[in-house]
Amino acid sequence: MTTPASSEVPVHTGSTTTRLLGIAVLVGLVALILLGFFGAPKDDEQADAVRLIFVHVPSAFLTYAAFSVTAVGSVMWLWKRSVWWDLVAHGSAEIGVVFCSLTLFTGSVWGRPTWNTYWDWGDVRLVTTLILLLLMVGYLAVRSMGGDDSAVATRSAIVALIAAVNLPIVNRSVEWWFDRTLHQKSSLTDGNLEDLTLFTLLLGVVVWSLFYVWVMIHRFRVGWLERELRFGDLDLALAQRRAEAHTINDGGDR
Amino acid sequence: MSIIALDGVVALLGRFPALAGVDLDVGAGEIVLLQGPNGAGKSTLLRVCAGLQRIESGRALVLEHDVVSHRAAVRRSVGLLGHDTALYDDLSVEENLRFWARASRVDVDAVDGALDRLGVADRLRDVPVRHLSAGQRRRTALAAVVVRRPRLWLLDEPHAGLDQQGRDLIDGLVRQAATAGATVLLASHELDRTMGLASRHVTVAGGTITEDRTI
Amino acid sequence: MWRDVVLVAGKDLRIEWRSRVTFSQVVPFAGLVLVLFGFALDANRPVLERATSGLFWITIMFVTTLAVQRSTSIETTDGARRALLLAGVEPVAVFAGKAAAVAVQLLAVELVLVGGIVVLYGAEIDSFLLVVATCLVATVGIAAAGTLLGALVAGVRARETVLPILLLPVLAPVLIGATRAFDDALGSVAVDGWAWIGMLAGFGLINLVLGALSYGVLLEET
Repeated sequence: MTTPASSEVPVHTGSTTTRLLGIAVLVGLVALILLGFFGAPKDDEQADAVRLIFVHVPSAFLTYAAFSVTAVGSVMWLWKRSVWWDLVAHGSAEIGVVFCSLTLFTGSVWGRPTWNTYWDWGDVRLVTTLILLLLMVGYLAVRSMGGDDSAVATRSAIVALIAAVNLPIVNRSVEWWFDRTLHQKSSLTDGNLEDLTLFTLLLGVVVWSLFYVWVMIHRFRVGWLERELRFGDLDLALAQRRAEAHTINDGGDR
Repeated sequence: MSIIALDGVVALLGRFPALAGVDLDVGAGEIVLLQGPNGAGKSTLLRVCAGLQRIESGRALVLEHDVVSHRAAVRRSVGLLGHDTALYDDLSVEENLRFWARASRVDVDAVDGALDRLGVADRLRDVPVRHLSAGQRRRTALAAVVVRRPRLWLLDEPHAGLDQQGRDLIDGLVRQAATAGATVLLASHELDRTMGLASRHVTVAGGTITEDRTI
Repeated sequence: MWRDVVLVAGKDLRIEWRSRVTFSQVVPFAGLVLVLFGFALDANRPVLERATSGLFWITIMFVTTLAVQRSTSIETTDGARRALLLAGVEPVAVFAGKAAAVAVQLLAVELVLVGGIVVLYGAEIDSFLLVVATCLVATVGIAAAGTLLGALVAGVRARETVLPILLLPVLAPVLIGATRAFDDALGSVAVDGWAWIGMLAGFGLINLVLGALSYGVLLEET
């Protein structure tokens, strides 16, 4: 219905930067798979299940990183009315939900052989992350409900803030609730990881972070183009609107 | 002094430019009829004047207050009768009016007088609003506007759903208000009726003002 | 400001008094949920006794979504939200007033439900003071978070389904905290209930502040 303002209509969201990033991610993933499956040794206690941490730990890290970005973007929308930040908040939440699901999934698959259970209600991080997933699914639900763009942005920004503020309370309450946790102490700091395992883990964090940035850039550009397409050119829309004065119009009351 | 001074006002509803550049200047005591087809932008124009609508560009002053930066002052001094009547279904007519009078910080004793002026019968005062007919509801909503004693009346299709007596009542109220120095902006399709009432006819179409005649 | 809080809260409570929605629909619903839990747990006394506190607060969570939906729809059905802005009522006062009205209604339901668990589940109350304190403190937080999220979904399609999705995860700490405090008050688990009251108070305070800060933005924009 509306035509974009400029004559250059982008046919995809790629650029040199994203292509290079994409290649880096692919190479990194290949390296991660090789190292993860063949390089890193079995764990004494956990056997092959330990290899899940190359996905689990990076995605847990990115879950919280992505939602922090959403929280920052939401504050920036409410503060500066920055559409840029609103799109960042939205994109980051979508990717965050994927990583969050992946974290919970790999966590339970890993928990079965290791803790002998898929799920443990007494575990603080598990429960907190699940609640976070539910909160962010709610966030995306509000986003998808539609309505005036700035109203949607404001509503969802407030949801993100409510989630961000309440999440620490969830965490504290679960911690108190059982006063115990099955969860591994941070694998990085307790110092009993093999060197190659540690290296692979760090590589995993880097590769998955690059993956996040790569998808994020594309998601942002899609969001931006969508917006451009829907908004079209204000001057054009105004001209069309004024032209209605000379035609018969039977729309609803405005 | 201009009661309403709009200068190149553009207002968006979502992405749609409901107002596409409106210039309008209305002085004290004027009764202005806004006419035009459905979807022309009349209701949005009224909302702008009430300080309830964000504007994309241009400038809008109502009683010399900016409708965006000083919207609280604007809102206090206008009375808006929109498509909604803003009445609580489960409260009686009188309870509703008392609530809105208190919320607006105006004299609660004005409620009785307003109900009399709107011809809302005594027997209806204690009836929950949900049992009222559409016309009685509208009269009650207008009574809530009267109670506020606004300096600017913004009436969106005030005659809709009213019987002949109700329409005459509204015309009387509008004239009285204008005589007392208030300004009235009314959007209506009932041209036969309102042509005679208004001192000025403004035609709105395509989000702009296409004709402005003072009688 | 306080005058407006009382005005708004009084209005909502008067509407409840006239329409009896909470009284005639929500209270029976809450009672029904208690009975259904009884069926589901096979009238097994030891299980019921251990689960009583949790069932009580889960029921309150369900009731909250109903009460908040009702509180929100009062303002949205006939454009009263906009009229409140025009009248010049401070949004903070609208928030506080509506939250207070929701809280009063929830407390009434809680009173009935406490009777319910004593009669139906055979709960024995060790500490009345702790029961009362838990109800009061937890309800403030529930009402604050509920009223805020109610306003948030007010302009949204399918708000009846979105509200629980948003509200229930936010209320998770209240469910945990109030359940633990009740466990202590009913003597079913040896925990320090009063420590949980502190957590509930923190939740309430934080959500009151959040609501006070963001209610106006929501009222203006959505």
